Amino acid sequence: MRVTLHVWRQAGPVALGKFVRYDVSDVSADMSFLEMLDVLNQQLIGRREEPIAFDHDCREGICGACGMVINGRPHGPQRATTTCQLHLRSFPDGAELWIEPWRARAFPVLKDLVVDRSAFDRVIQAGGFISVRTGSAPEANSVAVAKQDADLAMDAAACIGCGACVAACPNASALLFVAAKVSHLGLLPQGQPERASRVVNMVTQMDAEGFGACTNHGECMAACPKEISIDFIARLNRDYVKAAVRGKAHAAQGNGGAA
Amino acid sequence: MATLSAGTTRPSLTRSLVGKKVVMAVTGGILFLFVVGHLLGNLKVFQGPEHFNAYAEGLRTVGAPFFGRGWVLWIVRSVLLASLFAHIWAAVGVTRASWRARPVAYHRLDPVETTYAARTMRWGGVIIFVYVVYHLLDLTFGRLNPSFVPGDVYHNLVASFQRWPVSVAYIAAVVVVGLHCYHGLWSALQTLGLNRPPTVAWRRRVAGGIAAAITAGYIAIPAAVLGGVLR
Repeated sequence: MRVTLHVWRQAGPVALGKFVRYDVSDVSADMSFLEMLDVLNQQLIGRREEPIAFDHDCREGICGACGMVINGRPHGPQRATTTCQLHLRSFPDGAELWIEPWRARAFPVLKDLVVDRSAFDRVIQAGGFISVRTGSAPEANSVAVAKQDADLAMDAAACIGCGACVAACPNASALLFVAAKVSHLGLLPQGQPERASRVVNMVTQMDAEGFGACTNHGECMAACPKEISIDFIARLNRDYVKAAVRGKAHAAQGNGGAA
Repeated sequence: MATLSAGTTRPSLTRSLVGKKVVMAVTGGILFLFVVGHLLGNLKVFQGPEHFNAYAEGLRTVGAPFFGRGWVLWIVRSVLLASLFAHIWAAVGVTRASWRARPVAYHRLDPVETTYAARTMRWGGVIIFVYVVYHLLDLTFGRLNPSFVPGDVYHNLVASFQRWPVSVAYIAAVVVVGLHCYHGLWSALQTLGLNRPPTVAWRRRVAGGIAAAITAGYIAIPAAVLGGVLR
């Protein structure tokens, strides 16, 4: 099959970017989206042109490295699918595709389709440690966790930190990502001692990174390759309000990330 | 690039964006209660001039003899005014943060999940504010009313709504209020953390039903004036 691409090309963080048109022919409908870009890059290298820079790692949909906005949809048109797991059969033959990087102040473009997502790392770091006994592994059933809580915590932990939620949000808010991380530990007994300080510190760091404010559009949930629910955002809000109402002393205990 | 904030941070309902949304949700809830109360009071217009004017007078004498004339009314107005300004302050804060958060716009970003109501919250809010200013000058202060008679609220209402552009503007404004309430209602539950998984199935429908009922109730009044039912 054949596709026409309009790819965002930007030489560096401060360079001006623009869309460049590429016609890619003789690609298989069973190729993944990234394999199609590999083919194009080989052709570009053959023509002594600069290949298109894009992030990728596992190509199995589990690492969170890849991601680009394809025709106005982060990770493309298919629900619950990362860019690497998207196949060309999702598009009609001769499709015209606009390919852009995640656009957010907190995710500056490094080159072409590659953005710097270390803002997410700093939000995680601000979340700090959990108080667990280290050393030899504890007996597996010494801390009982309700099945529903374990399942819900697992749903939150499915977040791969790809940033599609920020990319899809009309406000470029990172609240779904932060909510998933806050809820993942907040649902488990091991996460209770630092539950209040964790949500406060992560929210503060999120604001400092320059993400926008959640206005409950729900676009994040639709774009998320792991289908993380905005119910976790309600959970984060609840934890934050509790921390604010119960007072600062409780939240002031411990902060591992700031060392 | 932001650096990692040193030391433990404190929760703040006024500085953090999550906190500002909480302020918006709480004040929005107060303003929503007013929208409901105002509608229930206004529907007394269908009981005729005596009942409606007596209701308007009752708003001034409520709480007597413990409260003096107009005291309770002004206490309520103060709370509403404070809520309104806090609501706007929070909205400006989160809107500015969101506009700053995406300096380079997408060539194309397709909405999937969002609603017309959600996308019009900001400018809808501005429209409601402008309309409320006109509405007060028309029916509360009488400055823009064609024949204002202090105390005869029934007459003032009918005199104003008999001019069709005023009725049309009113109907348009309450449609915006309805959309604002629809997104605001379920959104406030989400922001306050009161949305729990069992509510997912019905929260939007219930919010939509309440908003539609409010809009229809308000529209009934100018429609009745234009239709000659209220004269």
